[in-house]
Order: sequence, then structure tokens, then C-alpha cells
Amino acid sequence: MKRIDLEYDLVVIGGGTGGPMAAVKAKEQNPKLRVLLVDKANVKRSGAISMGMDGLNNAVIPGHATAEQYVKEITIANDGIVDQEAVMAYAANSFDMIQELDKWGVKFEKDETGDYAVRKVHHLGSYVLPMPEGHNMKRVLYRQLKRTRVEVTNRVVCTRLLTGANGEITGVMGFDCRTADFYVIRCKAAIIATGAAGRMGLPSSGYLMGTYENPTNCGDGHAMAYHAGAALANLECYQINPLIKDYNGPACAYVTGPFGGYTANAAGERFIDCDYWSGQMMMEFYRELQSGNGPVFLKLDHLAEETISEIEVILHTNERPSRGRFHENRGNDYRKEMIEMHISEIGFCSGHSSSGIWINAQGETTVPGLYSAGDCASVPHNYMLGAFVYGKICGVNAAAYCAANTLNELDDAQVQAEHDRIEAPLLRTEGPTPFQVEYKTRRLVNDYLQPPKVTRKYQIGLRRMDEVRADAAHMVATNPHELMRAMETHSIIDCAEMAARASLFRTESRWGLYHYSVDHPERDDANWFCHSLLYKNAQGHMAMKKKEIEPYIVPIDEKEMDAYQRLRVVGEAA
Amino acid sequence: MTMAATITQVPVKVDSEKCIAEKGCTVCVDVCPLDVLAIDHVTGKAFMKFDECWYCLPCEKDCPTGAVHVDIPFLLR
Repeated sequence: MKRIDLEYDLVVIGGGTGGPMAAVKAKEQNPKLRVLLVDKANVKRSGAISMGMDGLNNAVIPGHATAEQYVKEITIANDGIVDQEAVMAYAANSFDMIQELDKWGVKFEKDETGDYAVRKVHHLGSYVLPMPEGHNMKRVLYRQLKRTRVEVTNRVVCTRLLTGANGEITGVMGFDCRTADFYVIRCKAAIIATGAAGRMGLPSSGYLMGTYENPTNCGDGHAMAYHAGAALANLECYQINPLIKDYNGPACAYVTGPFGGYTANAAGERFIDCDYWSGQMMMEFYRELQSGNGPVFLKLDHLAEETISEIEVILHTNERPSRGRFHENRGNDYRKEMIEMHISEIGFCSGHSSSGIWINAQGETTVPGLYSAGDCASVPHNYMLGAFVYGKICGVNAAAYCAANTLNELDDAQVQAEHDRIEAPLLRTEGPTPFQVEYKTRRLVNDYLQPPKVTRKYQIGLRRMDEVRADAAHMVATNPHELMRAMETHSIIDCAEMAARASLFRTESRWGLYHYSVDHPERDDANWFCHSLLYKNAQGHMAMKKKEIEPYIVPIDEKEMDAYQRLRVVGEAA
Repeated sequence: MTMAATITQVPVKVDSEKCIAEKGCTVCVDVCPLDVLAIDHVTGKAFMKFDECWYCLPCEKDCPTGAVHVDIPFLLR
């Protein structure tokens, strides 16, 4: 492997949503700052919004919602386990970001008066802003990267962070997935914006890359943060989404809900009165699936032709545009029948739930010089707009950190160890392939970790995961592409173990289906009204601890706190 | 070596009449998030090298000549 040494002030890892914003904002803060944006794909089409986005799910727009209302909504939707200051940092900056994106050329839906056409999807307030022409999102971001002269390196997979004597960030390491060149990038600060850990569970189709999340988002960032000593928060609060059966597109509450579409049971009846994705909503979905009333469907066949056509334009041209093709193959027509739905594989994604690399309201992780934004960081229900806002927060704060700190020496032992770890699969000629090890890992995740969570199954799962980890140490890669899959598989195994350990730690049930523990079926606020943090202990093992909930800045009334527990349509048994 | 090459029908089709990769075009290869497309050095055309598709469509939408078509992978169809 050829070694390439680079030096920058700031390295942003991940060029999807939060990453480009972070890089742009760091450069705007200080145009002289040497900023490198690294992506394992190509920033033009990388990340969760590769093909754009159909709307903002959490827009806090004056006249429609206040920041306080939003903080309250997310606190309740997330069963109280939130750092309100971090949610508020998003909410307070949400509208400024929308206006800036608007100025950059992102098209949002507006009414005849020019006001943003906000819709109500959440249980309490109105935060959904459609983007019927949201397919140009990546182009808009790319233009800003060019404008601010951010340097971009594509097709480099970052694998580990380098740390100094005080645990601070000193560099980033990785390799080129086409040449296997080994990259050592010295820097003062790094921002992880690698998206969800979305390749942990296996989709029920059995197709490895048929995941809800862009499969490039496999938890590389979660793993590298963990190995660098950063804490990760509330990993037992999984992401599980309601999707079209066999197709990995949302069904989708945010798009069809405002038009009158809804989630129905086999009889075509509503069973939940709010389709906003929360753990409790998923629990009701799961119960209906398992009951005699299942399966669950997306119901649009009662809507007028022009409404359905409009929905089709939005759903089939943005975010997941192959959806129309999928329906065509199956002979599905929204006009004629309900469309079968199912629940997704598990993952970590703060965009929709709340697990990820722990950060505070400044975007700082527990490692000095390391920041994180977007789906991989811990601010709950953040979605695309949250990734942008925290990208900005991280970019601005990392620029300030760079101004106050110097470059440090790299630790040769760390560099050598990572070089050898990456090179090993290329040197072997015998052993399991990355495909085999990944498939087995993710099959075990489905067998043992998919909720409902059973303690004994989790213990067996961990034991089997150890065996897979031992097998993974013998993986063979015959080319740099397979090497990428091999290194990703290591991240997936790390994430699966994190998911299991965090879930066993929290001996209660919370967040509906996301953490439904069969052996501890009740919520236990006396012992578990807290965050859980996972970190690497002095022996190099995964350890867990509790973290107190930061004092609320927006008080929640006792009666309001249970709003999301009452989603089931009244009159039916819960 | 105890290895096998198992064949599989891939979801991305490239129309070799329309593909202009031999003229230096690499758009589909460049935009694929999963890096599963490549240029065949013998035919000079793009093809799907690895069956690891997210059927996300940048390859199809960004192709300047409309040579690329993405099917839903067989297992999901």
C-alpha cells in the first residue's frame, strides 16, 4: 500500500448533508483555514440525500411554530430523554438555515402569499415543509463547496482517528477504495458526519444493500469515534421505520399524511391517529402487524385523482425515485388498492430516533477537537435540517478550535497499527469473504437483536458476535473494493456489539418498539430517567454508564408528557 | 484456494450503443455511492461490476446519453 501524507487544519469526514455544510461554514468563518472534506463515495451524489429530499420534517418557522414548542414536542416524542439545550440549539437556528438554503436555491413549497406552506404531521405542532423540487439538494451544496473553495477528496474511506497525549484529535486515517493507498492526514480537528449506522440489520428481502439508509452509511463514524475514546449515547434507542414491504422507501407519513393518506390495517381502518415516526408509533405498527388485523398498509385509494398524481410526483422523483418502478413491477396502483407495508431492519440514526455519538449543543464530542453532526450524532429527531444546523454549529466551533490550537505530532505506533489492520485482508489468500462475514453478522442482528428484546437472546447474540469477530480477523480481500467492504464489516460488527451492550444495560422499556425489553416491559423513570453512555474503558472494552438528564429549559407539564403514549385510535384495545 | 465465483443477474443495464465511456466519460462510475460500476477495458463500456445496488438512480439520471437503466434488484422485485 502506498502511503499518502496530508496536512490540514480541519478534516470533515462525510460529504452527504451535515459534512458539506460544516466545511462551508468553517471556511466562511476563516477563508484561510485549510479544510478537507473526505467522502468514501463522491460528494456530488453521496449520503442519505443522494437523490435529494422530499421535504423538511422539522421546520421551526415563525407563525407556524416556536422553538419552545418544538423542544417540547421532541422531548415528549422521545420519552423525556433529551438534552433540551441541544434540541433548542437546533430549533433556534432552524429558520435561519431554511432562509439560507432558500437563498442558495433550494425550492420549498410556498402558499399564494409567499409564506412557507407548513403542514401538520407531528402529534402536537406543525413542522413539515414539502420540497416538491428537492431533487437538486446535492447540486446546491456542491455549488457552495466550490464557492468557499473547500478541498474535496472522494473515494477515501476513513477508518480511524489519531489521538495525542491528552486524548485530543491529531489526525485521520483511511484508504482509497480504488487503489488501496493508505492516507494519513494530520489535522487539528475533525468533524464526523458519516450518517446513520444503517447496515446493521438485514432487510427482510435478504438483499444486503436494500437497506433503508444509503448502505455507504454503515457505522464507520460510530466505530471510529468509539475507538478514539468518544462516548456514544442512547444506542439502545434503535431506528426502526415503517416502509413499503420489500421497498426501502418511506411509506410515508410526512408526504402522504398532509394530503390525507394514512397507515391502515387490513380492514382499511386507521389504528393510529398520528403517523409521525416515534417509538410508540412503531410499537402500535408492530402490534397491528402481529395481530389478526395485520398486515399494515399505506392507504391512498380514497383520495382524489389530482391528489394521488401530486403524491406520485413527489414520491417518485425525490429521495427514492426508483419507487415508481418497484410499484410498476408489482402492479401496485395507489388509486386502486392499499400498498402493503412492513417494518425496517434496525439501525442507529438520530435523524429519526436519538442514538449516536454523544454531542453537546456546541457539536463537541467527549474527545477534544472532535465534533459530530447529522444522523451519526446524538441530537434526537434531527432529520436533514438538523444535520445542516449542526453541520453549521460544528463548522463554526471547529474553526474556532483550530484557531486556538496547534498541530500535534502523530503517534507512529497508531499509524503503523492501522496500516497493518487495513493491509491484512489484501495479504491473505484464504479465509471468509467480506460478503460472507457481513451477511452472517447482519443475519445474527436480525435473529437476536431485532425487538422485542429478550435478555437471553441478547446474551447468545453477543456470544455469536464474538465468533464472527474472530472470523472477521481472517477476511480476504482480492481488490481495494472488497477491502472497503471488509473494513466496513468491522464497523458493522462494532455497531452490532454496541447495540447489544447498550440494550442489555437499560433494564426497562422505553421509546416504544425501539427499546421494548420483554424482561423489563415497564418504563422505570425512578432508575432510568437518564441517558446511557457507551465508551471504551481502560482495558479497551465496551463499558456503559448513566448520564443525568440535563435540566430542562422548557418545562413539560405532567399531563403533556404522555401525549405520545396515546397514539392508538380511541375505541380499540391498545 | 477454496473460493467460488457465483454468478448473479445485476440490476444495472448499460446500453452499449449509447454508452460513450470509450470517449472518456465516467459519469455513472463517478456518481455511484457504492462504487459498483466500472469501465470494461476491452469493450470500453460501463458495466456493473459488483451486485451491491441501492437502486438510488444517480447513474441513470446523470448519464449524458441515457445509456443506463436501473432495475429493482431481483430479490426485491
